[in-house]
Amino acid sequence: MSSDNTIAIVDYNMGNLRSVEKAFQKIGASVVITNDHKIIENADKIVLPGVGAFREGMENLKQLGLIELLNKEVIQNRKIFLGICLGMQLLGKKSYEIEETPGLNWVEGDVEKFKIKNLKVPHVGWNNIFFTKKSSLFQNIPDQIDFYFVHSYYFESGTEYTTSLTNYGVDFASSVNKDNIYGCQFHPEKSQRFGLEILRNFMNLTNDN
Amino acid sequence: MLKHRLIPCVLLKDWQLVKSIQFDSFRTIGHPTTTVRVYNARNIDELIVLDIDASLQGEEINTEIISDMANECFMPLTIGGGINSIDAIYKVLDAGADKISINSIAIENQEFIREAANIFGSQCIICSIDAKKNGNQYRVYNKKKGVLDVDPLTLAKEYESKGAGEILLTSVNNEGTQNGYDLELLRLFKEKLQIPIIINGGMGRPDHGVDAIKNGADALAAAYIFHFSQYTPAQIKEILNQANIPVRMDLFEMS
Repeated sequence: MSSDNTIAIVDYNMGNLRSVEKAFQKIGASVVITNDHKIIENADKIVLPGVGAFREGMENLKQLGLIELLNKEVIQNRKIFLGICLGMQLLGKKSYEIEETPGLNWVEGDVEKFKIKNLKVPHVGWNNIFFTKKSSLFQNIPDQIDFYFVHSYYFESGTEYTTSLTNYGVDFASSVNKDNIYGCQFHPEKSQRFGLEILRNFMNLTNDN
Repeated sequence: MLKHRLIPCVLLKDWQLVKSIQFDSFRTIGHPTTTVRVYNARNIDELIVLDIDASLQGEEINTEIISDMANECFMPLTIGGGINSIDAIYKVLDAGADKISINSIAIENQEFIREAANIFGSQCIICSIDAKKNGNQYRVYNKKKGVLDVDPLTLAKEYESKGAGEILLTSVNNEGTQNGYDLELLRLFKEKLQIPIIINGGMGRPDHGVDAIKNGADALAAAYIFHFSQYTPAQIKEILNQANIPVRMDLFEMS
């Protein structure tokens, strides 16, 4: 099914992908930033990073013909997938950012805005994650380590796919996992040693995990 | 719990990293990539680099050095200095920066903030404000234009409404003094903005950071203390932690 060991970082014009590329290169992964359907089809794994607005993210995926392609590769062909920040939020059923917008609907959960009195939005900086479930991405990572976050919306917690929680006024899902699909709200590529460890764990995942 | 960030804020000049003293003279810190490698090994929270050749001499921002630094930097990297177009932001981000800091262009044209935030997201846009005490009031200072008849807090609120993601607030009077942050300036800003305030200028000892957080700063930027004092980042954080300020503790030193 997958023909090489490349990790495809999906370029859909939603923010800076260079940091993600550099972090994967640092750990020795073969990685390419692309929106070329052929390259994504041939890649071993897919990463969807991104910062910015949910609706624009979905719109851009659609315009590049990537929604069908991703559904085929990730849902049908069960290619191992990681969504980072906005890329994790897009996994959800819908978001209330600006207006109600449907997401990829791969992982149960809605995306909501932080509305907490006296707390600054975006939630920016280092915050700790509490493991709620075993995840292959957390190998060699101690519980309650800080990771770097920057976001104004969050993925609701309480679904069976939540693998860690983080608190910022509310408990939200800071990572999710369903079958071959992984998501993290924080930025592993900007979270120093343990962030790189998460990417390494992702790099080493196989479909047998 | 969200932690207060401790951020080295250094200047890029003649292919070296330097720190400035009251916006006037400079002390050399070291080679950019070597320095970033050390910051990374010391598990620093975040890094701000301002290219002063670009901002003051009008030279093209040095994307080659930025790219070299970004290769070693697995923490958020903010680049500023001389950024005055959307194209320049694309270039800097493509070199590996995560956020950009703007100053002069924001003073000249606030719509630029809106335009940049719409394209890159607010989280990417730090607006830098230099404030100077003039008599008994604070005024915005610009390196090219000098003291402007503009109130820093008013300007910060305008920046916020245009889509700025964070404010980097530097006290011109305290910068390079090691006498502590400008707490009077901070108190004017306390609880007035929805976006985070990174205070800069004057940190000479860890307890200066404690004072700044207690007076409303969300994050601490500094240069001197990291390079010319006996304190390591871990020791600074230990002192902040003892003062019940949540910080990201360096419990797992990088080998």
